Amino acid sequence: MANEILEEHINSEYKWGFTTDIETDTFAPGLNEQVVTALSKKKNEPDWLLEFRLKAFRHWQTLPEPNNWAHLTYPKINYQDISYYSAPKIKPELKSLDEVDPEILKTFEKLGISLEEQKRLTGVQSNIAVDAVFDSVSVKTTFRETLSEKGIIFCSFSEAVQEFPELIKKYMGTVVPYTDNYFAALNSAVYSDGSFCYIPKGVRCPMELSTYFRINATGTGQFERTLIVADEGSYVSYLEGCTAPQRDENQLHAAIVEIITHKNAEVKYSTVQNWYPGDKNGKGGIFNFVTKRGICLEDNSKISWTQVETGSAITWKYPSVILKGNNSVGEFYSVALTNNMQEADTGTKMIHIGKNTRSTIISKGISAGKSNNSYRGLVQIRKGATNARNFSQCDSLLMGDKCGAHTFPYIEIKDKTAIVEHEATTSKIGEDQLFYCKQRGIDNEKAIGLIVNGYCKEVLNKLPMEFAVEAQKLLAVSLEGSVG
Amino acid sequence: MISIKNLHASIGEKEILRGINLEIKAGEIHAVMGPNGSGKSTLASVLAGRTDYEVTQGEVIFNGKNLLDLSPEDRAREGLFLAFQYPVEIPGVSNINFLKTAVNEIRAYKGQEDMPAKDFLALVKEKQKLVELDGKLANRSVNEGFSGGEKKRNEIFQMAMLNPKLAILDETDSGLDIDALRIVASGVNALKSKDNAYIVITHYQRLLDYIVPDFVHILYNGKIVKSGGKELALELEAKGYDEIKEKFESLES
Repeated sequence: MANEILEEHINSEYKWGFTTDIETDTFAPGLNEQVVTALSKKKNEPDWLLEFRLKAFRHWQTLPEPNNWAHLTYPKINYQDISYYSAPKIKPELKSLDEVDPEILKTFEKLGISLEEQKRLTGVQSNIAVDAVFDSVSVKTTFRETLSEKGIIFCSFSEAVQEFPELIKKYMGTVVPYTDNYFAALNSAVYSDGSFCYIPKGVRCPMELSTYFRINATGTGQFERTLIVADEGSYVSYLEGCTAPQRDENQLHAAIVEIITHKNAEVKYSTVQNWYPGDKNGKGGIFNFVTKRGICLEDNSKISWTQVETGSAITWKYPSVILKGNNSVGEFYSVALTNNMQEADTGTKMIHIGKNTRSTIISKGISAGKSNNSYRGLVQIRKGATNARNFSQCDSLLMGDKCGAHTFPYIEIKDKTAIVEHEATTSKIGEDQLFYCKQRGIDNEKAIGLIVNGYCKEVLNKLPMEFAVEAQKLLAVSLEGSVG
Repeated sequence: MISIKNLHASIGEKEILRGINLEIKAGEIHAVMGPNGSGKSTLASVLAGRTDYEVTQGEVIFNGKNLLDLSPEDRAREGLFLAFQYPVEIPGVSNINFLKTAVNEIRAYKGQEDMPAKDFLALVKEKQKLVELDGKLANRSVNEGFSGGEKKRNEIFQMAMLNPKLAILDETDSGLDIDALRIVASGVNALKSKDNAYIVITHYQRLLDYIVPDFVHILYNGKIVKSGGKELALELEAKGYDEIKEKFESLES
């Protein structure tokens, strides 16, 4: 019966696939030093940053494109066909929301992201500060004043470069150097905007901070950077969401996220990644090549990644933690769902350097349709990282018999006191479970939603409340029609 | 309530039900007994709509509807409940969430609004007392880590929550100690009314001491070979199935 059901037409629809008509300022396609320089000039950047970009660009040119190790197949990307800058035409000085292009506001409203702070009072918008990034630039950051009262900096990356150059200079590229990998080098050369967040000593950020990325323009790539610095004893919960229009072409998204935690600081970073995944035949969709890494720089600090990945045609992403400070903690909770022709190669790296460092990895893969879903993770215990602990659990759930689930765990231990545990399971969504649900009056779609959400519960529980609700719905929608 | 006529069902090439006839009215309890492999659980599965089985002949009318035309979920929504012999675990889905979904799906089918949360919780509280189910179990994942007895009690708890017209208890007594058996039986008795009916599938007379049937049917080799009152179960208990086996095997050959 399972087969019969699976044969049925897969008709799930991407609900965020609309486009917005606005005037844009877009670079002609192509990439060379002039483009990099023009980009930097456009953003009125200091010389050191232009220098950084150019170094990254020159380095990138020496690198071969990596497509031999990840369990992914995709056509070669022509980097000269991409436009590296596209921005909504806006007035140079944006003093209030009224000056934001109403079409853009409408777009974010449609996505359920309110950029109007006062809506919070009416209960429409919750306690979340948003930095909205539309194509290559940040259009609006809400609650900046409220946050700045506590000394919290939350603004677009470009603004931070102008207003807090010393902080950017001090931290940018310290966790993910431009030499790190092919896509990190590319991003470092051409990144256009992103978010910057600094939480000062002893401050618990009173609201969730969020960046919402929206790709709109056609033929462009999106390259943004996020930099989060949590000073001594501070805490922040950070959310990231993303969508893109439904287009036949593949669009490249190559981002960098860097997190730095000082002594006793904690950063919780949650992502619901919902880039357009392409149609059921694999046409279109975002190529998502992202480098996310945090460093627990000092003692007793903690970085926690939670991700729900349902979008993108290709996902290549390994949010990692370098556990440098003693007693520091790294966590990775992930749900990666692939349907139709999607391919994901995702996981984490936990690098234990400090003493008594601990890491936890919980990865839940769900494969449906003809998709391929791979977990790839590295647990590295360096010499001198005494009493390091790691626990990894990698579960795969298969729906149907045309999809693939793969697990590639790498474990490197250089210290005898380490304790590392790895558990892995692969299961198929049970015919018995489905029948049990149906016998209680629950139809197939709802039953799958229940079972899949149950399977992912450990991860979904780590998400902030509202995000968790969104993620549950998203999982159900992404699987719509995938089984009967 | 339900009228089963000449029901034949196969799995693969093998015919398991070979012409079942059974008539059940509201307010009645029918026990179906029989040796291993006689087709008791197949009958339960076919009525509930498990698609592993192919119905090759016959007709089942349930509340005026052709049961075999309905999807498994619609059969449930029409008021057919199966207490599973082996209740299934659903990790990460709380019993409460599962039941809330089920209750509201059934209500939606009848054109009713979702049950208000307050009423639902009150109903849970009331019904879990019936089978002496620990409040904690209601919040745990469906059947996950439950003991055998807890799983069976959970089935009866679900039955109480969904209030079906026809409940099929598929060897609900198997794996139960005497205390659990009493709890399950008293739950069933408390839920019994003139408007609902039960099919109680069992190997043993023991359960029927607690849930007293109006009719007992003996299933053998895919057919009901003997029907009677509750005394038939006692007779079976005393003599075993051998006499029946011999009688019908000689008949068939």
